Amino acid sequence: MWSWVLHRITGVAIYFFLLVHLLDTALIRVSPEAYNAVIGTYKNPIMGIGELGLVGAILFHALNGLRIILIDFWQLGTKYHRAMFYVVIGVWLVLMIGFTPRHLINVFSEGAV
Amino acid sequence: MSIATPSAVETFTVTLIIRRFDPEIDTEPRWQDFDVEMLPTDRVLDALHKIKWEQDGSLTFRRSCAHGICGSDAMRINGRNRLACKTLIKDLDITQPIYVEAIKGLPLEKDLVVDMEPFFQSYREVQPFLIANSKPKEGKERAQSPEQRARYDDTTKCILCAACTSSCPVFWTDGQYFGPAAIVNAHRFIFDSRDESNVRLDVLADREGVWRCRTTFNCSEACPRGIQVTQAIAEVKQAILRGRGA
Ligand code: SF4
Ligand code: FES
Repeated sequence: MWSWVLHRITGVAIYFFLLVHLLDTALIRVSPEAYNAVIGTYKNPIMGIGELGLVGAILFHALNGLRIILIDFWQLGTKYHRAMFYVVIGVWLVLMIGFTPRHLINVFSEGAV
Repeated sequence: MSIATPSAVETFTVTLIIRRFDPEIDTEPRWQDFDVEMLPTDRVLDALHKIKWEQDGSLTFRRSCAHGICGSDAMRINGRNRLACKTLIKDLDITQPIYVEAIKGLPLEKDLVVDMEPFFQSYREVQPFLIANSKPKEGKERAQSPEQRARYDDTTKCILCAACTSSCPVFWTDGQYFGPAAIVNAHRFIFDSRDESNVRLDVLADREGVWRCRTTFNCSEACPRGIQVTQAIAEVKQAILRGRGA
């Protein structure tokens, strides 16, 4: 149940990001200056934290997606769905622990420049 | 002469908070609490009986066998779908009140009774009976090996209580979805070596069929018969991809 709820929430969040991302990328066709102006506003710590959330959401969605594929196609998938969920959380934690400090250093050192 | 009285059995008092709804009076369901004196051997169904027989005769619920075999009394007890007749009160947390309400996703009729018709409609649509057009060998019976019988053993255990279907978040939001119980009963025949029809695979390949399943596993957790419901659904999904069952 909770894996499904999280999958939904991250899925919807990623969808809205893609929507915005498509729009801001499309701006480059309008004018490169406008594009630069918009992208420039992304360079602040709040957006930095948002990026962290985005990476977290995408990672969870991707890993849990693999788990769902296994549930559907691997014979023992339904038997080990719970164990696989813990593996997903575990791998997600490891990756996030690796990514978060690096990313935050980037975000905040750029903010200082 | 005195007869030895059995040492007094310990009783305890529990509070049940029941979601009541009388369509002739209420516009909205309301919660009502009852205190009942219970024995350690009593089940939620016994508490409901006690309330109905001693406190409020208008309390409405379904039950027939009272022994976990007819599937009439699935209800939501402390937020989980179970059979009232198979839930011992002492196994719940009796320091807290016990919340009892009707199963979700089906139209509420009165108190703990819902309209089961949409549920049985889906059940009928998967044609849950043996379809075989060929003549049995030697004109007598359709033999089946123990292995062939074991293939669908799990899904023969269903008592059509609707605990699974009414615990499914997909079914809550989309009442058209066939729901786990119908798929379980389709599985029962899809994997039966004697069955010769592919019609159930066609029915369940529909938009509202197996692909609605999001593998939340709520159904497997709810099933009072311990059927591996999500497993059965996964097997039907694969049978549809292969284009055949058994
Ligand atoms: S599969 Fe289990 S929960 Fe679902 S209707 Fe059958 S017995 Fe009830
Ligand atoms: S009353 Fe028959 S299953 Fe509970």
